[in-house]
Amino acid sequence: MAVRTKEGRAALLFAGPNFLGFLLFVLGPVVASFLMAFTYFDPTRPPRFAGLQNFIDLLGFHMEGGRLRANDPHFWFYFYNTLFLMLGIPIGMVGSFLLAVMLSARTRGLVFYRTVYFLPHIASAVAVCVVWIFVLNTDRGLINSALGFFGLPGPRWLGSAAWAKPALILMGLWQGVGGVNMILYLAALQNIPDDLYESASIDGAGGWHKLVHITWPMVSPTTFFIFVISCIGGFQAGFQQAYLMTDGGPKGSTTTLAYYIFNMAYTDFRMGYAAAISWVLFLLVFALTILNWRFGGRAVHYD
Amino acid sequence: MTNRLGPVAKVVLHAALAVGAVTMIAPLVWQVGISFKPASELQSTNWIPHDWTGDNYAEVFRKVRFGRMILNSLFVATYITLLNLLTSTMAGYAFARLRFRGRDKLFMGYLATMMVPGAVTMIPTFILVSWFGLRNNYLGVILPAAFSVYGTFMMRQFFMGVPTDLEDAARMDGCGPWRVYLHIVLPLSKPAIATLATLTFISSWNSFLWPLLMLDRETMMTLPVGLSLFQDQSRMMGTDWGAMMAAATLVMIPIIVIFLFNQQYFVRGIRMGAIKG
Repeated sequence: MAVRTKEGRAALLFAGPNFLGFLLFVLGPVVASFLMAFTYFDPTRPPRFAGLQNFIDLLGFHMEGGRLRANDPHFWFYFYNTLFLMLGIPIGMVGSFLLAVMLSARTRGLVFYRTVYFLPHIASAVAVCVVWIFVLNTDRGLINSALGFFGLPGPRWLGSAAWAKPALILMGLWQGVGGVNMILYLAALQNIPDDLYESASIDGAGGWHKLVHITWPMVSPTTFFIFVISCIGGFQAGFQQAYLMTDGGPKGSTTTLAYYIFNMAYTDFRMGYAAAISWVLFLLVFALTILNWRFGGRAVHYD
Repeated sequence: MTNRLGPVAKVVLHAALAVGAVTMIAPLVWQVGISFKPASELQSTNWIPHDWTGDNYAEVFRKVRFGRMILNSLFVATYITLLNLLTSTMAGYAFARLRFRGRDKLFMGYLATMMVPGAVTMIPTFILVSWFGLRNNYLGVILPAAFSVYGTFMMRQFFMGVPTDLEDAARMDGCGPWRVYLHIVLPLSKPAIATLATLTFISSWNSFLWPLLMLDRETMMTLPVGLSLFQDQSRMMGTDWGAMMAAATLVMIPIIVIFLFNQQYFVRGIRMGAIKG
């Protein structure tokens, strides 16, 4: 018993500072944010109870001129933008997978490539955004110069409501394809037992066959993990790009939920409303993760 | 994949990887090239400047207090890393080794918060920190980052995987938890500590939104915030792309150097997070 209390006291000392941080900067704010979502909260005035009004304003619909209209059409548009930008996730995953397969070939001199592919991921995202404003420049940008070299006309990228989102996806692919996901795939590939490939070779399987029928299924737990994590990140993405590159435009086409929350809280000072949006975002993340676990889990091969 | 590659396959592989590598590196080379171009050459499309000049870099230091910002970033990132290591290793040790009531439930509570978006906690944390009077104070940036669920989780998982024999022996000899932690656990965990240190340092060096909310005095800004200020200022008078690229290069270089020297830890950290997460 004496040992237990002594250990208990030690535990208090060891975990104490950490737990204080957890209370102040995670648990406390989570609870506070939940409460805020039910108030009108403007930093200059005391908060007033709003009931469900923030959520009704955000998610509700009303009749106007005989037609059903969203109370906050911006929210739905920015939600669509967020989903659109997430189209980069599967493309990037396939890219990361193929890069990892190439990099795990048994030949010399491949570590160098891993480092190079990783560089855009490590370089400060803010700096990358700033550079890419110019990379995507219509007249003198790197991409349109390259397209011009092949005689192709380049779009106006960030200047056009139609091309701004694809432009940001392109930047995201450049930044992410050789990043964390590729490292994860490399680790997964190392764990595939050699004899699987050997027996397939004896059966006369070619490279493509092995890739599709052995490698891809064997890394499916990693694919699943990356997909879940990327979706969680994807819902929360887009702040830096919007803040630094586009101001969320043209015509709101690059405003994501994250940037909308930021603007509500720090430009319009509607912090209660911003908190409500952040909780809707949380529920989206949560629902998608549950869905992924329920249905995505079936496609995964565990041994 | 497992078969040794034939010569043709090897050439094809290297060619494909080289094309990819050029694509990845091209915007960076292009950026650095522009940063050394004189204003007269900005219209030209050549990648390498005719007359190399350091004017753009001088311009960056003249317009904003970039030197000061480099020091700010170093200061903030170093403190965050040290404090985060301290809180993470200590609590990780408590969660992995010390027995106390409600330990595992508390840990589950930690894990449950990992799914909560940063946007949820951002606003109340902002109000809390402002309420403490810590805006435009380095502590406002450092304290919220001095603790992380991720770091605690990572260190706990690492300690769980370390055999307890040595610690048991030390305890038999009458060592208390502190001495066990300081003299046995920490020295054994150097790789995990180096990994967490690298990940934390890089992420706080690159961190943008929180320092942006906390610091609006130019002398206090960290590099990414300073870069965005610089961009904002130059946008109003027609962007000076040479200086812009110079500033971006200055922000990128330190972190790329740190990465090159600590690559192994970085890669290991990613794997630890995934396999055990």
